[in-house]
Amino acid sequence: MTEILPTARIKSGDSSVTIRVASIVKRFRFKEFLIEKFILVNSFAAIIGVILIFLFIFRESLPLFTDSEIQQEASLDKFVTQKEWQPVSDNPRYAFFPLLVGTLKAVGVASLFAIPLSILAAIYTTEFAPRRLREFFKPGVEMLAGIPSVVLGFFALIVMATFLQNMFGYSFRLNAFNAGIALGLAIIPTIYSVSEDALNAVPRALREASLALGASSWQTAYRIVLSVALPGVLAGVILGVARAIGETMIVLMASGNAALVSGSIFDSIRTFSATIAAELAEVVFGSAHYHTLFFIGSVLFAITLLFNILAHLAVGRLQKRLAGK
Amino acid sequence: MKRRVLYTFLVVALGLFSIFSGAVLGRKSVTLKGSDTMVILGQRWAEDYMKAYPDMIVQVTGGGSGTGIAALINGTTDIAQASRPMKQSEKDKLRDRFNTMGNEIPVAKDGLAVYLNEANSLAELTLAQIKDIYTGKKTNWKEVGGPDAKIILYGRENNSGTYVFFKDNVLKGEDYAPATQTLPGTAAVVNAVSKDKNGIGYGGAAYAKGVKFAAVKKDEKTPGIKPNPETVADGSYPIWRHLNWYTRKKPSGDVKKFVDYVLSKEGQGIVTKVGYFPVN
Repeated sequence: MTEILPTARIKSGDSSVTIRVASIVKRFRFKEFLIEKFILVNSFAAIIGVILIFLFIFRESLPLFTDSEIQQEASLDKFVTQKEWQPVSDNPRYAFFPLLVGTLKAVGVASLFAIPLSILAAIYTTEFAPRRLREFFKPGVEMLAGIPSVVLGFFALIVMATFLQNMFGYSFRLNAFNAGIALGLAIIPTIYSVSEDALNAVPRALREASLALGASSWQTAYRIVLSVALPGVLAGVILGVARAIGETMIVLMASGNAALVSGSIFDSIRTFSATIAAELAEVVFGSAHYHTLFFIGSVLFAITLLFNILAHLAVGRLQKRLAGK
Repeated sequence: MKRRVLYTFLVVALGLFSIFSGAVLGRKSVTLKGSDTMVILGQRWAEDYMKAYPDMIVQVTGGGSGTGIAALINGTTDIAQASRPMKQSEKDKLRDRFNTMGNEIPVAKDGLAVYLNEANSLAELTLAQIKDIYTGKKTNWKEVGGPDAKIILYGRENNSGTYVFFKDNVLKGEDYAPATQTLPGTAAVVNAVSKDKNGIGYGGAAYAKGVKFAAVKKDEKTPGIKPNPETVADGSYPIWRHLNWYTRKKPSGDVKKFVDYVLSKEGQGIVTKVGYFPVN
């Protein structure tokens, strides 16, 4: 295996001459070759893993479209037309609508609670906080991400539910509101962290120019820094909301899991993810119920993938903007 | 240097392997798998039994009745613990694989209690009232003789043996009301009812911290009876079930020794200690 080292261009006079600095036959380095290939395999393994998982989940939901016996019990149009989620019954019904309502309610409450809070916190840390406080603030909020979601869920089930019920006096102790707040706590670190990085990446010169033109520091933060970093902040929001949709343990424990359809956020809810977690462990292998749960899994996977792609596009946009294009 | 690390690693691995295999190979083992309701019971039996027979290892895991029976069918457990009877479909699978019909051994009785919040003025409910409450026909406590307040329903997830038992025996096969909040585990149900003054829940009579048991009446005329060892054992408390063990065929050898111990006076004594009820 031969390789030629880079050549250097040297300008001499008015004509540029390319000279070869060194041209040696490199020894085949076996160790390097091995390490390189090892890393290559690793990076592919991660991607292949994801693809295989998706193929598996999708394959397990396929009988809903192909198997006529399964279709008599559960099929796409039944998911839409039926009214209740009653999978263990003499007359099983698999309506997606109550689960969709539940998921939207929980994610809605979590978003309303967490998005403004984390963006404002990120603006404060990058723009206003004294240096010492800033160094304490970021790891502090990111520590929230270190709390296992089952612990957050347990906290919401035992402590927060009672506290919130006493405060608002609603009748369902476990409900969309309670689960949404707990979900919000789980996604704050994601949104905060990504937004903070985006705000931090805004060049100092922009801030200085704004201040020099007589803008106040709040005007600078809001009109200049935030608007430049907006795609990055948006990426954080999208990633956070995607996490909220897929999050399982918190909603399983804190939401009450009753598949009700109503407009109130103080009613009990059942989400897609909690349904899978609660029912998959003991479902009869190969039954309509089993395939339906896998179909829910595919839907959740697709949603999360879509959100991740959107976030990726948003970050790309931020980079372009910062590069001045 | 590198070689030394490698040798050290090899020696440690070999050492661990020999200790581990020595411990496992030198002793005979019996595996128990299944119902989450019965895990504690299985563990107490195992501990006590291994004290008496130090050459035995009894491994107990939970996962749910269905998981245990599936493991029995797949041949990965010796005994399945189940808080519900084996389904016909499961028996069919067992017959296909092992050409046996399975062997059922009732090892304990469990009274399924109906929990009320301690502040609830109501003390008695008939079976019919409980059914109406859980199927959503009665939604206010005043309809069953209680205060004027909405009934908040708590129950178990639909993968639990308790869910199925309550549905079959109390709801007579009808569906739970959609407003039933399902929680993971009886402990969570007890906790929820203890904190919700309008709550009602169901679960094993062994768990009872912070809630009261409703006295259950078979019908309007009979007296209300609370679950306790006597009323469950003699069948006067109306909501009870057998906790079963399933083996592939009639137990023999080590499994039989363990089964005999569990049905003996000591074994059944542990049943009472854990909070369930002896079979005979």
